[in-house]
Amino acid sequence: MADTAAEQRVRAHPAIRLSGISKSFGAVRANRDIDLTVRKSSIHGIVGENGAGKSTLMSILYGFYQADSGTIEVDGKQVSIPHSQAAIDLGIGMVHQHFMLVHNFTVLENIMLGAEGAALLSGGMARARAELKRIEKDYQLEVDPDALTEDLPVGLQQRVEILKALYRGADILILDEPTGVLTPTEADHLFRILQRLREEGKTVILITHKLREIMAVTDTVSVMRQGQIVDTEPTAQTSVEAIAEKMVGRRVLLRVDKKPPRPGPVKLSVRDLTVVDSRKVPMVKNVSLDVRAGEIVGIAGVAGNGQSHLIETIAGIRRPTQGTVEMNGKTLDYDRLDPASLREEGMAHVPEDRHRMGLVLAFEENENAILGYHNSAAFGNGPFLSISAMREHARERIEQYDIRPPDCRLKTANFSGGNQQKIVLAREMERDPDVLLIGQPTRGVDVGAIEFIHRRIVEMRDAGKAILLVSVELDEIRALSDRILVMFDGKIVGERGAEATEGELGLLMAGVTDAESDRPAAPDLSMIDTTPGQAPAETQIPGERP
Amino acid sequence: MNNTLPPWANYVLLPAINLLVAFIVSGLVVVAVGENPFKAAWLMIDGAFGSGRGIGFTLFYATNFIFTGLSVAVAIHCGLFNIGSEGQALVGGLGVALACLWLGAYIPWWMVLPVAIVMGASFGAAWGFLPGYLQAVRGSHVVITTIMFNFIAAALMNWLLVDWLRPVGQMGPETAVFAEGGWLPKLTGLMNFLGADVRSTPLNLSFFVALICCFLVWVLIWRTRFGYGIRTMGLSPSAAKYAGIRPARTVIIAMMISGGLAGLMALNPVMGDLHRLTLDIVQGAGFVGIAVALMGRNHPVGIVLAALLFGMLYQGGAEMAFDMPTITRDMIVVIQGLVILFAGALENMFRPQLSRFFLAMHRRGVAPEAEGAA
Amino acid sequence: MDFNATLLILDSTLRLSTPLLLAALAGLYSERAGIFDIGLEGKMLAAAFAAGAGASVTGSAYAGLLLGVLVSVIFGLVHGFASITARGNQIVSGVALNFVAAGATVLLGQAWFRQGGRTPQLSTDQRFLGSEPNFAAELRDIPIVGSIVSELVLGHSLLVYIAFIMVPLTWWVLFRTRFGLRLRAVGENPAAVDTAGISVTVLRYKAVIICGALCGVAGTYLAISQSGGFNNNMTAGKGYIALAALIFAKWKPVPVMFACLLFGFLDAAAIRLQGAELPVIGRVPVQFIQALPYVLTVVLLAGFIGRAEPPRAGGVPYVKER
Repeated sequence: MADTAAEQRVRAHPAIRLSGISKSFGAVRANRDIDLTVRKSSIHGIVGENGAGKSTLMSILYGFYQADSGTIEVDGKQVSIPHSQAAIDLGIGMVHQHFMLVHNFTVLENIMLGAEGAALLSGGMARARAELKRIEKDYQLEVDPDALTEDLPVGLQQRVEILKALYRGADILILDEPTGVLTPTEADHLFRILQRLREEGKTVILITHKLREIMAVTDTVSVMRQGQIVDTEPTAQTSVEAIAEKMVGRRVLLRVDKKPPRPGPVKLSVRDLTVVDSRKVPMVKNVSLDVRAGEIVGIAGVAGNGQSHLIETIAGIRRPTQGTVEMNGKTLDYDRLDPASLREEGMAHVPEDRHRMGLVLAFEENENAILGYHNSAAFGNGPFLSISAMREHARERIEQYDIRPPDCRLKTANFSGGNQQKIVLAREMERDPDVLLIGQPTRGVDVGAIEFIHRRIVEMRDAGKAILLVSVELDEIRALSDRILVMFDGKIVGERGAEATEGELGLLMAGVTDAESDRPAAPDLSMIDTTPGQAPAETQIPGERP
Repeated sequence: MNNTLPPWANYVLLPAINLLVAFIVSGLVVVAVGENPFKAAWLMIDGAFGSGRGIGFTLFYATNFIFTGLSVAVAIHCGLFNIGSEGQALVGGLGVALACLWLGAYIPWWMVLPVAIVMGASFGAAWGFLPGYLQAVRGSHVVITTIMFNFIAAALMNWLLVDWLRPVGQMGPETAVFAEGGWLPKLTGLMNFLGADVRSTPLNLSFFVALICCFLVWVLIWRTRFGYGIRTMGLSPSAAKYAGIRPARTVIIAMMISGGLAGLMALNPVMGDLHRLTLDIVQGAGFVGIAVALMGRNHPVGIVLAALLFGMLYQGGAEMAFDMPTITRDMIVVIQGLVILFAGALENMFRPQLSRFFLAMHRRGVAPEAEGAA
Repeated sequence: MDFNATLLILDSTLRLSTPLLLAALAGLYSERAGIFDIGLEGKMLAAAFAAGAGASVTGSAYAGLLLGVLVSVIFGLVHGFASITARGNQIVSGVALNFVAAGATVLLGQAWFRQGGRTPQLSTDQRFLGSEPNFAAELRDIPIVGSIVSELVLGHSLLVYIAFIMVPLTWWVLFRTRFGLRLRAVGENPAAVDTAGISVTVLRYKAVIICGALCGVAGTYLAISQSGGFNNNMTAGKGYIALAALIFAKWKPVPVMFACLLFGFLDAAAIRLQGAELPVIGRVPVQFIQALPYVLTVVLLAGFIGRAEPPRAGGVPYVKER
């Protein structure tokens, strides 16, 4: 290979070189003997499932944790990073997954925090303002320095985080799952900013579990699995499939055997539903849809486009601002009904986030097996609960769903992600509902359990249930749904059959509707068209540690 | 990292270590005032358990702490930190006293008691209702409002006693002494039967009321649908909402139950001992209840044990102060504070060391399995 | 009510507000940093005892002040250790320290001085007493303005002036210095402070030390300025009123001053209104006026007059997320 002299110089001194890094938390080994070299002026992606150890590794680099063993070199010099200040001094900046901003500070105050210059703020403030102007111009990162941080949209808050790092003179910028909270347009904008940063000579490390992003913007990609780096390659020389395979350790085929649907009468009918969130921002706008008995209707969309609000509103957790929902031909009166009474009417709900909603992690398994059904006559008399009935019921479900370990008195937190999800599914599916709302059925679930869960969902369809499925995993939507609705910005922007291609759905998810499909697509999405549809992109392996 | 301790270490060993440290520091205070700490400790234990009289007093004080401990515990199960048991007990005292004042002259104690229980509990519940309502509906922090309500209760009771309930010609802010029907029987006969002479102690029937409340609280929390709702609410408000457990209703009722239990505490001093209502019937028992609930891990059995410990401190401490001229009764307050500090606020001080110890033991014992579990 | 009586009430308002103001500002530093402190009462009490004992043993008011501050800071550090290092429950820690202070002051007082828990009566030169400058008498001859100035502005004890100077100073520290910026940040989002390379622990310890020092001055004022020595439970709930004032003022320095003046005024008025008939409302029970600070604070917390939102990270020990 005939590298130019400049390139050789760059190679001689990598921005970062980690050797033999290991880190354990108690009995959990989060990082094992990691070697990683990050070239200067490059965008280096690190992919892996949740819990693969990406964030731990970056936290070590940023001085948040200390490695148990191993060495860190920055710019060719071996360094120790005992705290974040040391990392900042070495020119390392980090944009965290959860923003590290003070909500009631102005943008300027947030940017200055920790880099005030002097004991008095006045001088530093003027300097910061000027410096900010310069950075904004260099990188096209405009944001009003006097705006109150909590008033800014998420995309701008993230920009403040990037500015914070640059203001501290960061040459190496780590971004931890930066697009999780962004709309496709905002994500696209972020990638342009990252490319711009690279052109200006900065090094970017991008942590993500989304393969599309890796393919779209990185120069090099490292794959992590179970605390180890299993591969590092130039992005151009690899493919989505190859990376995915290395991420999960074996090839996953999201193919569910299912018979053609035999749709019956409409069981769930939503008309002109509008929902605003606590800040009065409309999250669901005039949505109408029907779900028939014996069919699975999938709602595809990038996270945060209103799917969660839609499903939680139908389930009675949120109040609709406008519109009606009919179940079994009866209009649901949400002023009177709550999630408990809706369950009695025959609506079951597998929530998107089992840790926040579906389970009480500190409860015993048998207690969670009745959550939401705790007023049912089956579990006691009058105001009392029958412990024996609860345990008997739990044992039955454990048997049916092969929940492991088969111990109904074990604390729920001690089950793996997949088994926790089975506890929720068993509870919601086995009460013979008419309508089943399912959010993110396989988030943080291991591969074996995914197959089981998908099979159960299809069985429920074949038993004549009306199923509304929400998932941000496009492959899951495509594998399970009989009809696919795409949500963007709170609206349903299109409907497709099960045979829809990933590219077609991807355009809809980006908000390119049927009427205006000649508009140029976002660059990251155009990549998708060139990749074969099989990407098992976001299948996730053991989500939680025990 | 928190749950690496085996249950017995979490429930027994750790509190025992904390308690030991609290007593060591208390011993240092005794040294500071120039007395022999070992002698003091002996006087305290002997004073609390060495005689029928001592035991009687110990159980009398423990009765208060069982009630307030249960009160705090029920609120904690619902995720609420009720530090207003003090005020709720005082207002509960008003209910008990009114029942005794009105009915005591006409009907016997066993007919007054149910009325006193209902009135004491409902007055306490009423005083718990407002902070509960404000928390549930207006989002006002229950810790802060209950502090405020303690003082409002004190001012209210002061006013009622001075301006309304004080009999003519009486100096202090207190009610008249109740007629016979407002007196709970002492447990003299029973204790004599058990071989202890408790003639001169205030131990009375409300001790059994407290024990019955322990059982009822256990049933409520772990055996009823509403208790299930309380626990769900306390551990995960979002899961409660998902499950259709109405958050506001659950919070308000839990605070009322908590206040009601605190209100029942008043039975013991008002109907069982003083036979009149005064301003200082609670004497910090509401705050001690926080420590009792914490040490008892919010379980009735633990609460009874912790209440006995504090009852012993009160009674034994009083005996110690009596026998040691340089030590005043205030020593009890100091020890109480230190026990709350070490067993409550600093309860996790030794947890990391203890966890490391158990982890090391575990590793040594079953190393291969531990590796696999990770 | 005539002019002179009004002046007298206002004058005692100032004196009664002083300990509230010092304690509330103390709480402000602590709570703005995310450490809830219901132990203001205990710290003041401990400081009052230490100041009374110190002044009587050494014969110097300044030694008393020093001791009062020192003891209160030690209490603050214990609370800090429980809340910051041991990640304990801040409310429980506050309750515990209040108990310890209430018991230990009397216990030690009795053991050392044998006057029923009091410290010996101090002579005037062992106390912080106000002295009027020479021109005060001349000022008083100027009608209205003169008497206002001489009654309300001049002649207070040094500690009163310290308390009121602390108000603009605290505002300046909070909003114009690096320390203040960080202090405000750590009470809202400690993780932001941590990732900015600043130690959350050090910052919070600084806050509890300042809190202890100010409570120390407050307690000292009670024992050796307002009174001639320490008395049993001489704080009598002032720490809680200060806490109420802090919440009532929404954790802001200048409003804290006005809240303390209001609560001090209620206290001063309660003493004078005892049994007096007021026009329109008739006889107001003195207990009602005593409860008013708490009632007002509850009403504010309920959101009926504005909204009091505590610092977001308040009461929660900081644990690095994994």
